[in-house]
Amino acid sequence: MADAILNSGDTAWMLISTALVVLMTVPGVALFYGGLTKKINVLNTMFMSLIAFAITSIIWVLYGYPLAFGGDIMGFIGSPANMFLGVGVDQLAALAPTIPEYVYIAFQMTFAAITIALISGAIVGRMKFSSWMAFVVLWISLVYIPIAHWVWGGGWLFQMGALDFAGGTVVHINSGVAALALVLLLGKRKDTNLLPHNLGYSVIGAALLWFGWFGFNAGSALTAGGLAGSAFLVTNTAAAAAMISWILIDYLKTGKPTLLGAISGAVAGLVAITPAAGFVTVQAAVLIGLVTSFVSYFAISYLKSKLGYDDALDVFGIHGMSGLWGALATGLFAAPFINALGTGAFYGNPGQIITQIIAVAAVAGYSFVVTLILGKIIDLTLGLRVDEKQEIDGLDTNLHEETGYRI
Amino acid sequence: MKKIVAIIRPNKLDDVKSALEDVGCKGITVMEVKGRGRQLGITESYRGTDYCIDMLPKTRLEIIINDQYTEQVINAIVKSAQTGNIGDGKIFISPVEDVIRIRTDERGDKAV
Repeated sequence: MADAILNSGDTAWMLISTALVVLMTVPGVALFYGGLTKKINVLNTMFMSLIAFAITSIIWVLYGYPLAFGGDIMGFIGSPANMFLGVGVDQLAALAPTIPEYVYIAFQMTFAAITIALISGAIVGRMKFSSWMAFVVLWISLVYIPIAHWVWGGGWLFQMGALDFAGGTVVHINSGVAALALVLLLGKRKDTNLLPHNLGYSVIGAALLWFGWFGFNAGSALTAGGLAGSAFLVTNTAAAAAMISWILIDYLKTGKPTLLGAISGAVAGLVAITPAAGFVTVQAAVLIGLVTSFVSYFAISYLKSKLGYDDALDVFGIHGMSGLWGALATGLFAAPFINALGTGAFYGNPGQIITQIIAVAAVAGYSFVVTLILGKIIDLTLGLRVDEKQEIDGLDTNLHEETGYRI
Repeated sequence: MKKIVAIIRPNKLDDVKSALEDVGCKGITVMEVKGRGRQLGITESYRGTDYCIDMLPKTRLEIIINDQYTEQVINAIVKSAQTGNIGDGKIFISPVEDVIRIRTDERGDKAV
């Protein structure tokens, strides 16, 4: 760790990174998912990301940040003792001692917001908007905050040495598994076809995700230096490799490359490199990217139909499964000459893979069980699902009295 | 008098219009429609799953003409709308009992 002196270069980079991650959710995820849904649900789909962002922003400054990143209490949760109002403008962040704590709070807030927004892709077309808002409050409070503390805030997985540079477990496995739990409670839609109503939206959304991901991954270096540069380059490399390998699968399966395949691959590659970004070499990033498309493609085209869950836009398939591969790959490929904090199995530390498996199992298990409980509570009180008529007519007119298209 | 209904490719509309103009047929009514033919549409593939898209956008023309121009108009439409591929469309012809021009109250051939 650097000396606790404010560094204006680091601070400038972290301010920009924070804004880049905002771009991933609003509008990145909103457009990516919005384009893939039916046109009768486009506004509801985009709205779920936007409202999730707003609610999380408020929770984060009220109590979220201190509970996730405050002084550790028995490895499980942060101390609420130093609440938000106790932070001075020039106070430096304990976990990033060259930038102001305010910047660190804002940066971490954007991660919480995108994690919950990602979940919305699985449940499009059938969840009550009021129940989604209630779910956002409960899930951020009782799932995201504890897990962020365990892995990043000084909790038990942090102490154990689990490696998660920018959120393979905290963001992607967490959101993917929670999405799976929620769709199991919600049940299947009447019409489960994935027929994008405006694939162009999704291309713009995916492009904004790719662009914003540089803030997400290179920003997670928390400094503006060589490590951020390395994370930046491996992030781009893995995304490109995964786009190419997904298109190869398209060629092998149907004989034609698809644009949806290309952007799905790019996102899968970005997910997979996320936990590894500040630990692995460019060569490892190529491999991580190439492999991850096969992992996610398998989940989407085989696992989904075999198990019969209705993960509408493949949140579990892409974020859960590529997140899983990325977390394990970090335990294999982490190179001590990239980052002294991480040594993987291929560099003489086979124990790291065990640590990674424990972290994955703990995060996935906790997220799945608590999401099921929270979802069940909402189902018994507010009800999770819209009625059949609203589902068939579309959520935009029924829940929001608006339509996406006047033409 | 005859009513000619033609279902054509939307992107062939401009060609058909000018071909009709060349044979002196000016009045047409155009509708954007959706439908399918014997082939039941086309196949699209999203994330590895194939979907049959059976309601394809088409353009429907309605033309009323006097009997002696029927073959000329049909030829104009066929020549200008034909690509030789599946999906070129169809032409339907039926007799018309009477035609009334609302402005002048004229009837029959004169009103066409």
